Amino acid sequence: MTEKPILEVENLETHFFTKAGPAKAIDNVSFTVGKGEIMGLVGESGSGKSVTGFSILGLVDAPGEVVGGKVLFKGENLIEASDKRLQELRGNKISMIFQDPMMTLNPVLRVDTQMIETIRAHEKVDKETARQRSRDALAQVGIPAAEERMRAYPHQFSGGMRQRVAIAIALLNKPDLIIADEPTTALDVTIQGQILYEAQKLCRETGTALIWITHDLAVVAGLADKISVMYAGRIVEQGDIDDVLDHPVHPYTIGLLGSVPGHNTRGTRLHQIPGMTPSLFNLPKGCAFQTRCPFADTTCTEDQAITRPIPGRAIRCCHPQREAAQ
Amino acid sequence: MTTHMLDIKNISKQFVKRLDVVAKLTNHLGAKNKEEVVHAVDDVSFSIAKGEVVGLVGESGCGKSTLGRMVAGILTPSDGEILVKGRDVTNTDGKEAVDAALQVQMIFQDPFASLNPRMRVEDIIGEAPVVHGIIPASQKAAYVEEVMARVGLDPEFRRRYPHQFSGGQRQRIGIARALAVKPEFLVCDESIAALDVSIQAQVINLFMDLRDDLDLTYLFISHDLSVVEHISDRVVIMYLGRIVEVSPTDELFEKTNHPYTTALLNEVPRIENRGLDYQPISGEIPSPLDPPSGCHFHPRCPHAMDRCRTELPLLQEVSTGRFAACHLMDEK
Repeated sequence: MTEKPILEVENLETHFFTKAGPAKAIDNVSFTVGKGEIMGLVGESGSGKSVTGFSILGLVDAPGEVVGGKVLFKGENLIEASDKRLQELRGNKISMIFQDPMMTLNPVLRVDTQMIETIRAHEKVDKETARQRSRDALAQVGIPAAEERMRAYPHQFSGGMRQRVAIAIALLNKPDLIIADEPTTALDVTIQGQILYEAQKLCRETGTALIWITHDLAVVAGLADKISVMYAGRIVEQGDIDDVLDHPVHPYTIGLLGSVPGHNTRGTRLHQIPGMTPSLFNLPKGCAFQTRCPFADTTCTEDQAITRPIPGRAIRCCHPQREAAQ
Repeated sequence: MTTHMLDIKNISKQFVKRLDVVAKLTNHLGAKNKEEVVHAVDDVSFSIAKGEVVGLVGESGCGKSTLGRMVAGILTPSDGEILVKGRDVTNTDGKEAVDAALQVQMIFQDPFASLNPRMRVEDIIGEAPVVHGIIPASQKAAYVEEVMARVGLDPEFRRRYPHQFSGGQRQRIGIARALAVKPEFLVCDESIAALDVSIQAQVINLFMDLRDDLDLTYLFISHDLSVVEHISDRVVIMYLGRIVEVSPTDELFEKTNHPYTTALLNEVPRIENRGLDYQPISGEIPSPLDPPSGCHFHPRCPHAMDRCRTELPLLQEVSTGRFAACHLMDEK
């Protein structure tokens, strides 16, 4: 790809300064997302995947603070940008879709009011044009009878429809980047399929870059072009989707893939990662995964450098399991 | 004839929203307020053999949790009967009802909401077996330690409160509580849905170990087909209160009989499937307050015929051990 990526995150660090001491919610995270590219950001609860999304948009509240690194959106560093500039970008060039659409839509405003407001906050257009564009956006995400439905209140929609409305709002100003934080986790399987379909179509047709944050490896497998796996605030493995899923190298990724039930696993024991995610206040020195890792030894207590065995692949581990993977 | 662990015969459950005073008054004045009836479970029958794991799959509002709760004795069916080991448990009382209730235990979805936050773990696990006379009160501590060790919890922690545990450990406490009364049958209602992937695997393995060690029978309720495929011998699929397909797990994942099952299986995200072209099934899940006529699935079904709109398809045997409720089965 010769084109410059839409988003470059370099060595991002977000810490939460709590009474119990600072927690490194994000520790030296770097990735890029290009035009029309879908990146899956995968991790378990508390791994920092949502905070990464919030940090990009400058939405981290006290006691959290972005303490280092760069977020380059089309070359502009958002960490240093003023609040005013961020307001211009949010909902305009960068949109976010959240997990629970009931929490993100205003329950006392009709859908059309909310949509027109979003357009007119960023552009000088008359109401009728804004309404037209809102209707088109709703139709685009597959809401039947958009003209009538846009006069409804959020509670009159079902969960899947509400999430579509949230996506339509995210699309209104033709963003260059969408950050989707577990948008299908609360939805049923058939409805999830519909939303994934819309997301995929959107990126292919409009060239929007998409960061899809989820805990579900299987969803990312079908959707994303590349993947970053997070553990305890750090990206432990990233690369091309097929490459990472077919030849995982980091013991955590291997463990995670092994614990997903699927075809041909019936009657067998699932591979399980022993222990549980460590608390961010009490991380072991060096590699955060060492306490659960079957390959850990004394070298793991030193700081882990990021290695790049092949272009586009980054790993943070001193015992990459290449042999096991091949 | 072998006795099944569980026989469910034509059970139904309706939830009725009764008219309030205002609605009744306005009805006298000519308004047409009607009672709202949800047919959460509609004429469902199936059996579970001893030692079998049956997966119950469906989307939100299909009645799978209601069915599970009726089996566990938390809700009483509006109609039909439930037989545990050949004995009708819906119309019993006294000692017999208690015995029946002890045999069937339930494990809930949310490990945060299903444990009393003000009770210590040893009381959560140990209370029921003492009350029911399974163990004398003097042996409670030893018994609790034994049960905790079985589910992989450190018995050292028995004096702790639930909030001192992580999600996965709490789910283990819930499992220990259910096991403490020595049940033969467990109803797991989305018991692993709230857990992280790596913890999910630990709990699934625990369920399988317990099945081998204690000869347990499971009704495993889940919306996650890959988990169900992994753990169950047989799968029951529900849509809007009715069973649409019953099949042994292997055969189901090879070939489906009901169009809804086909759609459901196609939508399951899998690690092996990359760069998919999603071809979603159209339409929404209809409201159970106002289900479509005839076959409930017909508005979303790609093969719907005129007959589907009017006539309710019955669950019929398609091949040995496989059942489906679809008019297409007659066409073949």
